[in-house]
Parts: sequence; C-alpha cells; structure tokens
Amino acid sequence: MTSFPLVLGLDTFGDVTHDADDRPVSHARTIRDIVEQGVLADQVGVDFFGIGEHHTDDFPLSAADVVLGAIAARTTRIRLGSAVTVLSSDDPVRVFQRYSTLNAVSGGRAEVILGRGSSIDSFPLFGYDLADYEQLFEEKAQLFAELLKGGPVTWKGTMRAPLHEQDVVPHTESGPFPAWIGVGGNPQSVIRAARYDYSLMLAIIGGSPARFAPFSRLFHQALTQLGKDPLPIGVHSPGHVAATDEQAREEFFPRYQQVIRRVARTRGFAVPTRETFLREVGPDGALYVGSPETVARKIAANLPMLGANRFEMKYGMGGLSHGALMTAIELYGTEVIPRVRELLS
Amino acid sequence: MSDDDLATAGPARAATANLSSRPRLAVLGAGHTGPVIARVAMAAGYPVTIAASGDPANIALIADVLAPGAEARWAADAVEDAEIVVLAIPLHRFPSLDPALLADRLVVDTMNYWPPVDGVQGMFDDPRYGSSEIVQRRLARSTVVKTLNHIGYHELEDDRRAPGAPDRRALGVAGDDGAAVRTVADLIERIGYDAVRLDSLRAGRLLQPGGPVFGVSLRRTEFARALAG
Repeated sequence: MTSFPLVLGLDTFGDVTHDADDRPVSHARTIRDIVEQGVLADQVGVDFFGIGEHHTDDFPLSAADVVLGAIAARTTRIRLGSAVTVLSSDDPVRVFQRYSTLNAVSGGRAEVILGRGSSIDSFPLFGYDLADYEQLFEEKAQLFAELLKGGPVTWKGTMRAPLHEQDVVPHTESGPFPAWIGVGGNPQSVIRAARYDYSLMLAIIGGSPARFAPFSRLFHQALTQLGKDPLPIGVHSPGHVAATDEQAREEFFPRYQQVIRRVARTRGFAVPTRETFLREVGPDGALYVGSPETVARKIAANLPMLGANRFEMKYGMGGLSHGALMTAIELYGTEVIPRVRELLS
Repeated sequence: MSDDDLATAGPARAATANLSSRPRLAVLGAGHTGPVIARVAMAAGYPVTIAASGDPANIALIADVLAPGAEARWAADAVEDAEIVVLAIPLHRFPSLDPALLADRLVVDTMNYWPPVDGVQGMFDDPRYGSSEIVQRRLARSTVVKTLNHIGYHELEDDRRAPGAPDRRALGVAGDDGAAVRTVADLIERIGYDAVRLDSLRAGRLLQPGGPVFGVSLRRTEFARALAG
C-alpha cells in the first residue's frame, strides 16, 4: 500500500487525571505525570509521543514544547511532537524556533502537526478573531513551510509582519523536521497540505473511519497533479487499552460521557449514550477502546483501508487515573504495537 | 463500505431511474459539508453542481474525488440553472455573499450560528431571531428553507436508511413557504431521512445548536415529541 515505514504513536491532550479519591490532581502534577508517561512510552517501544496544545482548566497543556523538551532529556529513541499546534493563533516563526530547539535538544526527534484542533480557546486568549481562521491558517501554513526549508526567508502576507531575507535560528542539523497538517474533514485542508508539502494527519474522532478513505485519495491525487512525490498519511483517533475489552470500556465510558457532556453544554451537541459509544468502539466507529488484541486488530484493519502508514492513539480521558494511563501505555507498547506489526507484515 | 455499496443498498436505487425528473441542485461550498451533501443528493437521483467562492479549477479535484458526477462551476453558473441552492459555507462567509446571486431561488440554509466554535458574529448575534430568519431577511428575494444544520456532516452519509426502516432518522425542514418546504422535504426523504416539517423559519429555531434535536439521532415520533416538549 505504501512505501513509508509503519509508525505507531501515542498522543495526549493533557487531560487532568484524578487521584485515588476521584479528585482532580493539580495542573503541575498533571504535567509532571505526562513527562513520566512520555518516558514510559519510550521504554515500551512506542514510536512517537505527541502533545496537543490546549488552554483550559481540564486540559492545561498550553506549552507542549516545554513538556516535550523534558521528555527529550530523559529519552533517546522516541520521536516527539505536537498534536496539534494551533498555528492560526501562534506565530510561525516562534513555532519553528521552539520545535527546531526541541529538534536540537532531542537529537533530531522533533515533529510538528499543525492544525486548528477542536478547541478554539487560543483565539480570544491571543487576540485573534475566529472569523479570520481560514486566512490565518492559510498564510501561516505557507510561511511555516518556507521556514522549514532552512534558508533566509522572504515572505509577505496580511496577518503577520513581513520578513526580508530573515535568518531564523536555530538551524536544523539535517534538513527540515517532519511537519504535518491535521485535517478533521475539510477537503480544502487536504489540498493545502499537498500544496505546501505537509504530510497528512487524519483526525478521526467520531463516526466511520471509512469515510476518510477518499481524503487519502484526494491527497495522493493532489500531490500527483502538483508534480510532487508521495508523502506519509497518518491517523489520529481516541482510545484506551486495558487487560480486557470489558475493563477498557468500563474505565473509559463514564469519563468519556462526562467530558463530552461538559463540552456539549457549550457547543450544543448530543451527549453519547452507551449505545452510541458501543457503535464508536465497534469496527465502524472511531474509538479504539478494548483489550490489546481488539485495539490492534482495529488499527491493522483501518490503516491499509485509509492508505495510512501511521497511527496515533490519543490516550487518556479527563478523570482517568495516572495509573490507568500508565497501564494503557504499557499495554499499547508491549502488546498492541507488536501485534499490529505482526498483522500487517 | 464504498459509496457504490451505499447507493445500491440505500434508498437511492429506485431514484436513479428517473434522474431527469429531479430538480437540479447547486451546492455552494466545498468544505466539510458541501461535498457530502452533493454525494448524497446525487445518490438520491438529483443532478448536482458544486461551487466555492472562486475559480472552479480550485475545487475540480475535490469534486472529482469526493463527489464524482458533481460538476464544479463558478457560483453564478451553478445557481443559474438550479432549482435548489444549498448554502454549505461557513456562516462567517455569509455576509460577503451577494444576495443578488441567489435572487428568485429556493435556498436551503444548512448553516449554524455557533459562537463557541466559530466565534461571535455581529450579523447573527441577536437572540430575538433564529440564524435562518436573519439569512432570509438578507436574502429578501430568495425563499429560504432551514434543514441539514442539525445532523453532523459525518453522519449524513452513514445514517441514511430506506423508507420504513425501523431506525430511519428524522430531520426537520423549516420554512415560511409551504411549496418550498415540500420540495426540500422531498429531497430529505429521497436522501434517506424522514422529513418533519415546521411551518416557519421562526419555528426552525428549534433546530439550532442547543435545541432539543441538534445533533441527536431520533426517529420521526421521537423527533416530533422532542420538538413539542
């Protein structure tokens, strides 16, 4: 299907965990626990660890690159990146500087996934208007692609000050680090990724994964039409692994329902029921919740169907314990990953 | 399951036989929802063109891959011979859309005013009116019908069912013009949903975000009950 190596990673949004008395732990504690989770992911053979930028009380991971730097200092193998960086409300020059610095600290293990994310809190926080979202992202994705090339940058747009023959440091040691655009269902974003040489990360967080297969075809055809070489395609979806299917579901569902209920209140959409949850957990749904065998089989079925060579499971869900997350990471590394490799070999 | 499988298994099979009798649709918007609406409408036997804000060359590949059979056109050319125009653009783009483009057309408004997701927008930030009432006021020479705003674009394809299927989902169709509502209700039924009619755009406020049916999968009787409740 694809000539790119199989990459199996984990993403977190920094969901606040709960202690033994089911009380939320502090933001500081959550962040220190995430460093431990990233270090464990490295030890058990996970290929990539990503942190999604958020700015809320229940997801206090606003400075993902700092946390990734701490993980980098304690690991040697695992690749580290954002999942995603909300580029529209950030400065592409600063994003490049931070991730190029991470790349230096980690010995060339940095990546960046650019996107809007499902959370929009960064717009008012940094003084951006959501109505400008499209243009902000278009211009900044273009500028970031220029910055990645490494040389002095000359650029002009309407959303940021122009640059003239600007040297942006630190320089990378061996060319651009991998950069992706996360896409949640907008085909114009797929075309944009192809136009600026980004790899494509499909964020599939609800509904049938199969409906994303045309997006992979669109990406390939757009690259071909533009005379470019093929680029990797990845899939990001939520999940949770425990010893048995039942245990994984019982741990995950109440937290999932609680978190979505809270989000639904502000966004006005439906709260999942056990029935809709079980549909999402099944073969036609977007959630990877179950025993290592169940989760591995679903990954192995969906990657070829989507023409993808990379899978990132977004683990954790507000209210789960650090212990449950550590177990999930261990099972993902020691059982799910080898099993997916076996099924796909 | 591929689109072909769905078309064969779903409600569309009989419909394709008399394709020419269906009104022509122009879908404005090639983002999240436009191509999906184009696809399900074509599967229901409707001829479809699709347009975005600029040159059709920019969306030709999207149309080819995501909605094969839907011709990409300039917006004015798409609207020209369409009996139904589906507005599937982000709401913040609506103020820059020229009302003259849509004059004398039946316009299906699939948009939502959703400040937590899309930010506050002056034109729509008036709690006295539903977003489609504001759309109608601006498109004074068009006939606006509100529907498809309260189902996720990712569900629109998967949740289609043949008429009479026990799990066939209901969708609301709201408008001030009875004939227009009937035309759009017919489209909804042929796509694969039970259409529940609401006799005004004012009543269509019940279909909005935060309302009783927004994003919820309900059968016809449950849907009607939720609206009444």
